[in-house]
Amino acid sequence: MPLFQFLKRKEPNEAAEEKADRGFLVFENTSEVIQAENLLKRVGWEIRVMGPPPEIRSGCDLVIEFPLIEELRIVKILRDVGIPPIKVVPVTSPLLQPVNLFQIRDFGLYLMVRAANMKLTVEKETLMIVNISGGGCPDVPYLAEQMVGKSLAESPSPREIGHTLCGYALLLAYEEMKRRCLQL
Amino acid sequence: MLAVVGTIPDREFPLLAGKVTLENGEICIQGKKVAVKRGTPALLAAAIKVGEVLGQEGPFGYLVGDIGRGEGSQQLYKYLAKHLSQTDFHIIAFHYIQPHIGWHNRILSVIEKMKKRPILVADAGYMYVAKMSGRSDAYDLFTPDVGELAFLADELAPHPFYTRGFLLHEENHVPDLISRVYAHQNAPRYLLVKGKQDYIANRKGILAVVDDSLQEAMEVIGGTGDTLTGIVAALIATRIDIREAAIIASKVNRLAGVYAHPTPATQVRKIIQYIPKALREILSKEG
Repeated sequence: MPLFQFLKRKEPNEAAEEKADRGFLVFENTSEVIQAENLLKRVGWEIRVMGPPPEIRSGCDLVIEFPLIEELRIVKILRDVGIPPIKVVPVTSPLLQPVNLFQIRDFGLYLMVRAANMKLTVEKETLMIVNISGGGCPDVPYLAEQMVGKSLAESPSPREIGHTLCGYALLLAYEEMKRRCLQL
Repeated sequence: MLAVVGTIPDREFPLLAGKVTLENGEICIQGKKVAVKRGTPALLAAAIKVGEVLGQEGPFGYLVGDIGRGEGSQQLYKYLAKHLSQTDFHIIAFHYIQPHIGWHNRILSVIEKMKKRPILVADAGYMYVAKMSGRSDAYDLFTPDVGELAFLADELAPHPFYTRGFLLHEENHVPDLISRVYAHQNAPRYLLVKGKQDYIANRKGILAVVDDSLQEAMEVIGGTGDTLTGIVAALIATRIDIREAAIIASKVNRLAGVYAHPTPATQVRKIIQYIPKALREILSKEG
């Protein structure tokens, strides 16, 4: 390695790519940012407080950078102590919105709801969850084990036992399925 | 030889590296057994079934328990970074794992320094992190479904959860999404896209479309993508070229689905039973 190469500045794309697995937690005010920072650091999360990018600047202006994949679990921790973030966005594209488009397929006796990469299927008559497919984070096989074979009413919610963005997508499919099944 | 890297949905499952076998419908590694429901165990079971038909040795597994908290995945990344350079696998299939760009890049840099570079296949979480890190081009094959293809085609999305709606819309044609994936350089050498029709593509375009033996229910059965990845990885391990392996794997997975007479409530272990029969039939047709 040439001398001082280790001091070389990273190319902008390279730096952006390294941030692609990080997200920002946006709060109502600085006091909440500080409370959330203390809590998350105390329980061992790899986070840091910083100024927000211009796209999401609102006035208060501190945000917490965190591992985006684990959004579902971190937001649950913060919600449980009464300081839920008002917004969660990816660091590399703060204007992106979580998926809000559902694909529905009617198989006659069964109904499938897809949210992003996650599909949840129930038997219409019993409202039993018969299959969960898609996804790539490690909580997906775990969530499937916990939910398949149970009715929508008795199944644990991905909000309670999920951890990742795939778990979050499954939560959206699960909530949409519950909403629709009340109308069947 | 094929190596498979993935996770088991059991927090207590220790990090294990070793030959994987299939015994009474459970995968077995270092004396520990795991039921085959979906995910990496389904990939391994499918690969083992292919190996049995072709007289190939079973896969080598790198497995750890992780239920989404990421601790198991971290252990696995660390272990691979230390040990992978001493191996000489023909192909490595990376599967369910917590995406982490720093660790992904470290593993890739270890692989790039290996004397003989293995063929790299990625699916599930490892495919996500390969795309997130901007290093899809270091891989030989991804096996996305149509929803994941939309994520690969979205140059901004860091995870499928943030894929933009105009790309997720059902009417989007798969060939257009494939072109977009290559245009934004988020693609490996080959793509095997599973769906109503399976597409095999590279940067020159669509190489093959497999649309026979359609079973609509396969779309919703958890693990049918994992079996496809397992079949194609096991075929590549026999030195078949990637394009041909992808076409055969697609046909075999679909035909196994036909033999299982699936409904949306069918579980993937039923389909796995029919992989040997489907493989023999497809190979005899293909000559």
